[in-house]
Amino acid sequence: MIDKTVRTMAEAMAGIEDGATVLVGGFGAVGQPNALIDGLIAQGAKDLVIAANNAGVGHTGLARLMELGRVRKIICSFPRSSDPVVFETLYRAGRIELEIVPQGTLAARIHAAGAGIPLFFTATGAGTKMAMGKETREIDGRTYVAETALHGDVALVEAWEADRWGNLTFRKSGRNFNPVMAMGAKLTVVQSQHIRALGEIDPDNVHTPGIFVNRVLHVPYGDPSGF
Amino acid sequence: MSATVATDTRPLSRTEMAARVARDIPEGWYVNLGIGMPTAVADHVPLDREVVFHSENGVLGMGPAPAKDAIDPWLINAGKQYVTLRPGGSFCHHFDSFAMIRGGHLDLCVLGAFQVAANGDIANWATSENDTAPAVGGAMDLAAGAKRLWVMMEHTAKDGTPKLVRQCSYPLTALGAVKRVYTNLAVIDVTPQGFVVREVAPGLSFDALQARTDAPLIDERAG
Repeated sequence: MIDKTVRTMAEAMAGIEDGATVLVGGFGAVGQPNALIDGLIAQGAKDLVIAANNAGVGHTGLARLMELGRVRKIICSFPRSSDPVVFETLYRAGRIELEIVPQGTLAARIHAAGAGIPLFFTATGAGTKMAMGKETREIDGRTYVAETALHGDVALVEAWEADRWGNLTFRKSGRNFNPVMAMGAKLTVVQSQHIRALGEIDPDNVHTPGIFVNRVLHVPYGDPSGF
Repeated sequence: MSATVATDTRPLSRTEMAARVARDIPEGWYVNLGIGMPTAVADHVPLDREVVFHSENGVLGMGPAPAKDAIDPWLINAGKQYVTLRPGGSFCHHFDSFAMIRGGHLDLCVLGAFQVAANGDIANWATSENDTAPAVGGAMDLAAGAKRLWVMMEHTAKDGTPKLVRQCSYPLTALGAVKRVYTNLAVIDVTPQGFVVREVAPGLSFDALQARTDAPLIDERAG
């Protein structure tokens, strides 16, 4: 019997190593796997590379992980927030590397990792700082920039529903990066608001098929709040 | 510079600018409105004119802001404001949302900008090469990907420095992407010949507009 559900946070976080690249779902507070981020803080892995849309707010979650000196590098599109003090302090002090990636290119690079595409060309960023040092190619009169796949060792994802095979649904704008991150990592760990019996999620409505998921932890987290 | 501007000049307010942009958006278009000033454009498109608003975080068919007692904490836009979904609206993940943008499926994107050049270059994400924490978000994807890019901005910076320039001095968002600019002083098309003025704010002369603009303007006002 396949059962990807785990009972404890320790099981969910087992084996995440120092130096891992961790893909984190969510956009703002919606769909953000807050419990798993706290689990990673407790688990202790360090020298991490985090790929997420944002770089944390206040002193909790991703910001806390960074504040503890556990993040070597962040790859994101938008490090600003209502309270980016932790990131900005570390960045100014030269204690964290930043790789800014246009939001669509971030999604595309992780999707490419999940889909077996090592390199692709996009018009986004052509002629800008983002293209510096990258291969460009003229195709049908337009300039495109080469971008590489961004592979995760681990993905942290928040779902609305999950079953023991790891099939997932997401809620409204909580879907965002979550299905993309789930595809792009070797080990995908999910916190899910609801656990459904196998077959209970309508197959037509599965957003992320279980093949992309390794572990599911039941976390009835409740509504997102705070950005 | 103030000496060249007639005293009865009345620049458009932000609300009037939003209404002016909204007037040019026809039924049936799929439209992304950038964070900041452009977001207000949606308020001026009547609900019976079916325009489908897209948000980068996977929302297609966005409706107006909810009443305070009707907020859905799971439904935000790219500016992280609470929004609603119109009947016919849908959700998707980020890769699909940006396929809509990068694949040329959006009819229009309206962005704010620091500078627009006469060749359509846009600079709207960083004001210097050493910005403390540069943040690009989806601006480069939108500028390069939408079928049309319009810019909505004040005609000059707060200190009077022109924002419509011969060449952008700030880091670029995209090359040759802007088709039209709506400012508080004018509506200007970006053409192979450069900036072409279509409308000017009440009471402002063409020469006074030119005085507030770095790049040369071509006067093709109707009437």
